[in-house]
Amino acid sequence: MAKKELLKVEGLKQYFPIKGGLLGRTVNHVKAVDDITFTIHEGETVSIVGESGCGKSTTGRAILRLEEPTEGKVSFNDVDLTSLSLRQMRKHRKDLQIIFQDPYASINPRQTVSDILNEAMTIQNSVPPKKRRKRIIELLETVGLNEYQADRYPHEFSGGQRQRIGIARALAVNPKLIICDEAVSALDVSIQAQVLNLLEELQEEYNLTYLFISHDLGVVRHISDRVIVMYLGKIVEIGEKEEIFEKPKHPYTKALLSAIPVPDPTHKKTHIALKGDVPSPIDPPAGCRFHTRCPFAQDKCKQEEPLLKTHRIMDETHQAACHFVEEIENGELLPRDYEIKPILN
Amino acid sequence: MAGKTVEVINGPKRSSPRIEAYKAFWKRLSKNKAAVVGGFFILLFIVVSIVGPFLTTKDPTEVMVLNKLQPPSAEFWFGTDNFGRDIFTRIIHGMSLTLKVGFLSVAIGGSIGVIFGIVSGYYGGKIDTIIMRVMDVLLAFPGILLALAIVSVLGGSLQNVIIAVAVFSVPAFARIVRSSTLSVRQLEYIDAVKALGASDFRIIFKHILPNVVSPIIVQATLRIATAVLTASGLSFLGLGAQPPEPEWGAMLNDGRTYMKTAPHLMLFPGMMIAIVVLAFNIFGDGLRDALDPKMKK
Repeated sequence: MAKKELLKVEGLKQYFPIKGGLLGRTVNHVKAVDDITFTIHEGETVSIVGESGCGKSTTGRAILRLEEPTEGKVSFNDVDLTSLSLRQMRKHRKDLQIIFQDPYASINPRQTVSDILNEAMTIQNSVPPKKRRKRIIELLETVGLNEYQADRYPHEFSGGQRQRIGIARALAVNPKLIICDEAVSALDVSIQAQVLNLLEELQEEYNLTYLFISHDLGVVRHISDRVIVMYLGKIVEIGEKEEIFEKPKHPYTKALLSAIPVPDPTHKKTHIALKGDVPSPIDPPAGCRFHTRCPFAQDKCKQEEPLLKTHRIMDETHQAACHFVEEIENGELLPRDYEIKPILN
Repeated sequence: MAGKTVEVINGPKRSSPRIEAYKAFWKRLSKNKAAVVGGFFILLFIVVSIVGPFLTTKDPTEVMVLNKLQPPSAEFWFGTDNFGRDIFTRIIHGMSLTLKVGFLSVAIGGSIGVIFGIVSGYYGGKIDTIIMRVMDVLLAFPGILLALAIVSVLGGSLQNVIIAVAVFSVPAFARIVRSSTLSVRQLEYIDAVKALGASDFRIIFKHILPNVVSPIIVQATLRIATAVLTASGLSFLGLGAQPPEPEWGAMLNDGRTYMKTAPHLMLFPGMMIAIVVLAFNIFGDGLRDALDPKMKK
């Protein structure tokens, strides 16, 4: 790919200590993100999908150093963000912004919209003071709000409008990369579409790059160029959107995709129902982390951790972390005593 | 999104959430009759302490041996003490001393406590552990005993009483502010300003402090009552205000000898201390209920 690498995440780990015992020693860790590596190119939209608790949001927060990563390297435009001091990091923050899930918790209820945007510009000094008011109005119009709403308080806006304020705040510092952490999950479907379209328009206009964190596969399919599938702190599959949605290779991805409802009553499809919950990230299963729930699991899966790699039958940009990609694909390996139930119509 | 529709829904009248909140707060507070009375008395005390000394016709420290130990009368409303000083005049002049000790010590102790609490709650980790353990140590002493110890080290004067009472007010503020900070800190808008590159200073003072003021106000009001009581107690023991200052606690002590023959020497200062403490306590309770309507249920 000729495109420039914008964000490079290498071996990122985020462990949260569990304190216990008499002296408050660290007795164990929640391994929320465990050694993940991926790259985002300029101008593309990469999505991270997975069940709750698989480390999607933690990855986003660790990239921004909202939580200090335990290990690993995050390079942005060839600058290693993890090695910067907090003071230096503050200057670099204007390039990476975040939009949060909850539009009610993500803006300070005591600030007006113009205060919020003005503060963003003041912190990064991205716009000279005299031009700030004009820029605020521009920003509001960009995100589909009006000038007269500038001096209103958050409680006077609906959820979708608040999310637009959140987007305007992120745009106020002219970022290159925006992390959308479940940015539309809290909105109802019609508003979701509006906000998604807005994000797409903004991407074109400002050449933005998105890291889109979501559990909603429909949304991910709509917006992404590439998709990262995470399970229990690990990347299990990564590839172009079409590859992931049309030719998923990892059993987990397959199970996830089979859970998308198809709006066609005559459609006959088998549904791979995963049993149980995601195991605890405190003590993740040895070998392949998915083996406890995988219908294809073999002895090898319990002992040896599969590497994320391109298998022979896969496209070159497509990688999966499974020992038996080929065997599953050519039917040599069949699912064991697992519920593959036809959806009754 | 259709901007025009929004305009219709919101209408032209808008006000800040702060003003809205104040309105609701006043409404709740004014329903609580006891708190209104308490607040009225506090206002009255403040006015008296400022204006009162200019209106009294007598000198609070002037000794008039001929008038000593007079019972309350038309000339001496609250009677006179063993030096013939007018007790009413002394009480009016003592009002400002009492309020000064109350407000100053709480202002000093409160500010330190708030800073400790915010720093503790915001940074967490080792800083938090160290600050909170020190606060625990301070809390382990009974307040008056701690104040007593501080005053006996620093020497007896009203100024040292203020310092002593301030010191023992710190942990209460630190604890309350820490817990509020913990709950505000994890809100997403704090992360958002952090992601914008805001300094810790900005986050603490612009985004956390404004959202933790209500428990601080309540605590301050209640603490003033405690401070007044403690200061009077110290003065009673002879460690606070020194004669001839018309401090109420000291007046109580002076009157002790004449308790049987001239009880008004103790009655009036004692009554005033009780009223002031009661007014602040009732008003503080009312404030708490009005600021946090959920807690009452």
